[in-house]
Amino acid sequence: MSKLIIRTNRCKGCNVCVAFCPKKVLGLDPLGKIYAIDEESCIQCGQCELRCPDFAIRVAPKEGK
Amino acid sequence: MTQPKLMQGNEACAQGALAAGVRFFGGYPITPSTEIAEQLAEQLPKVGGTFIQMEDEIASMAVILGASLAGKKVLTATSGPGFSLKQELIGYAAIAEIPCVIANVQRVGPSTGQPTAPAQGDVMQARWGTHGDHPMIALSPWTVRESFDVAVKAVNYSERFRTPVIILLDEVVGHMREKVVLPTSDEIEIYPRRQPTKSKDEGYQPYAPEADLVPNPADFGTGHRIHVTGLVHDETGFPSGSAKITEECIKRLHEKINCAKDEITHYDEFFMEDAEIAVVTYGGTARTAYAAVEAARAQGKKVGMVRLMTIWPFADKIIKQTAAKCKGLLVPEMNYGQLVLEVERAAAGQSKIVSLPKYNTEIFTPAEIGNAIDQLLSEVAQ
Amino acid sequence: MKDYEEYFRNNRLPHIWCPGCGNGIIMKSIAKAIANLDLDQDKTVIVSGIGCSSRASGYMDFDTLHTAHGRAIPFATGVKLANPELTVIVITGDGDCTAIGGNHFIHGARRNIDLTVVLFNNNIYGMTGGQASPLTPTSKKATTAPYGTVDRPFDPCDLAQSAGATYIARGTAFHAAQLPDLIAKGINNKGFSLVEAITPCPISYGRRNKLGDSPAMLKLLSEQAVPKTAYSKLSVEQRAGKFPIGVLYEAQFGEYTEEYSHVIERAEGGLK
Repeated sequence: MSKLIIRTNRCKGCNVCVAFCPKKVLGLDPLGKIYAIDEESCIQCGQCELRCPDFAIRVAPKEGK
Repeated sequence: MTQPKLMQGNEACAQGALAAGVRFFGGYPITPSTEIAEQLAEQLPKVGGTFIQMEDEIASMAVILGASLAGKKVLTATSGPGFSLKQELIGYAAIAEIPCVIANVQRVGPSTGQPTAPAQGDVMQARWGTHGDHPMIALSPWTVRESFDVAVKAVNYSERFRTPVIILLDEVVGHMREKVVLPTSDEIEIYPRRQPTKSKDEGYQPYAPEADLVPNPADFGTGHRIHVTGLVHDETGFPSGSAKITEECIKRLHEKINCAKDEITHYDEFFMEDAEIAVVTYGGTARTAYAAVEAARAQGKKVGMVRLMTIWPFADKIIKQTAAKCKGLLVPEMNYGQLVLEVERAAAGQSKIVSLPKYNTEIFTPAEIGNAIDQLLSEVAQ
Repeated sequence: MKDYEEYFRNNRLPHIWCPGCGNGIIMKSIAKAIANLDLDQDKTVIVSGIGCSSRASGYMDFDTLHTAHGRAIPFATGVKLANPELTVIVITGDGDCTAIGGNHFIHGARRNIDLTVVLFNNNIYGMTGGQASPLTPTSKKATTAPYGTVDRPFDPCDLAQSAGATYIARGTAFHAAQLPDLIAKGINNKGFSLVEAITPCPISYGRRNKLGDSPAMLKLLSEQAVPKTAYSKLSVEQRAGKFPIGVLYEAQFGEYTEEYSHVIERAEGGLK
């Protein structure tokens, strides 16, 4: 199950989620949209979802919660 | 009918609004309209309605638009300076199609002008005061009783066409007192606000027009979750920048009223059967004009009178017919000559049009109009 | 409790705001507050003015009213007074609320009418390309202040307090976790509530004033904002360049629609 749901059509490449991710999971692709460079390292802290101004990224609830 | 009463024009206007179902007034004190506010401050809560004095004339217009969207029939009242301030939101009401009535008790302008003296100088402003292309309905009563009837009509038209309607009183009619016999509530026809006939799932669009070209935006709080905006919008209510949508939007705003123009352009005719000339008049001036015309007829002069109650849309048809019939039209007005421009346009050169402007705080005397009648009669005889 | 995205008009997204604009964070916080309170979606009305912030009403799935510049508060007053059962939230910006809308702001607070005003403060007129607003800090650059502004901003929270608001709070787009709660408390307050939400405008304000990109502007907010209690212990010198956040003020006073309902009772009963 994916930890991150990214709605690319909404992403405006503002870099806020990239800057605030504590595990450096996210990056901008060649088209300037975010993608998960390293989803394995994602700890589902929710900072990206909290801070995204475009409602472009959701964090799946942690397993067992 | 009710018992005869001595009543002031402004009071009758307030009573008419109440009778038509107005239950929300937002306003600001300004001479010579303040009595309307004061009447309703006292009367509205008695019938479960709301009165609020706002911080300025713009807020007064905004508060009634909010209340109208939440389901109330609404009124505000003002005079020249306040009428100027309200213009932006009158345009908002026009494009967002929000029923509302604005009573303007005209006084001498421009600017502060003469706060306690009568005029009819806001005629063109009533039509064109707000920017952009928009239609307007404006009604002007000439008696205290008619101030009541016009208020009822104004509320009904605002609901029926979902448009702002202006009541053009003047300080003469607003402040005069006359004996009136008002109709009882079952003698008054009220136009109920039309509600949506479809649900969202059935394809409800708040700004989709019905057969009469008027849409049914739902009242707030009824579960339709509509969007209302002053931006040009399509049938969904959401903004659109498209050329096609813009053209359709503006055209329909005009057409929904134009298609009923004949029905809503009210006027009276007096002594017109064999009239050689006619006095075209409205509002407080029409009272004096009537006295002058009646006196002239008593002397055998062939003069008639067309008294307009609807100022906008302008009564092109009757003016054109009158111009065809009569050799001259005399237009007395308490302004520098405003409605006469429409009379000239509608008459299309068929008749000699004479403007009789008066703009010095004083109302016409019958003699002044009588002299102008004599002058015009002699001019057209040549 | 509904997911906050259920309160968006998802078919109207993506929104028109610039990349990095904080407005979406504030709008999301409003949706979260509504979700936390489980408000009736059919009895909640969002009223906005004109400006970037005020476009939010178009993206939220309620009865929404996008009014004229500066006039959201009196329109909202009419909605609330005509139907006091409705929960009315006002979305406005620094220019919309404190410049052209200043008078209405004062009197809405004075009346203590039950509205929750969320003031999206990005210190600039964003929609029209970056002109100075009454809340642009002194000496900052704007298109109408190419040499820097000459005048001072005022504190809208102080103004609201003097005018009679009964709940005042301030948050920022950085403090996105706290903002929904500040807004929810405002909605719960039966009276005029103000939540000033400071938000970055990287394109029209940030660039011209060399404040960096959106993450940099958000980080700056985290340095400038100090929780209220800690702020009150700072000296005047220490306060320079900082501002308090959190619930700033609460008071009790009769709410306008309720007080007027007593007027109606008295009038219907024939008394004055």
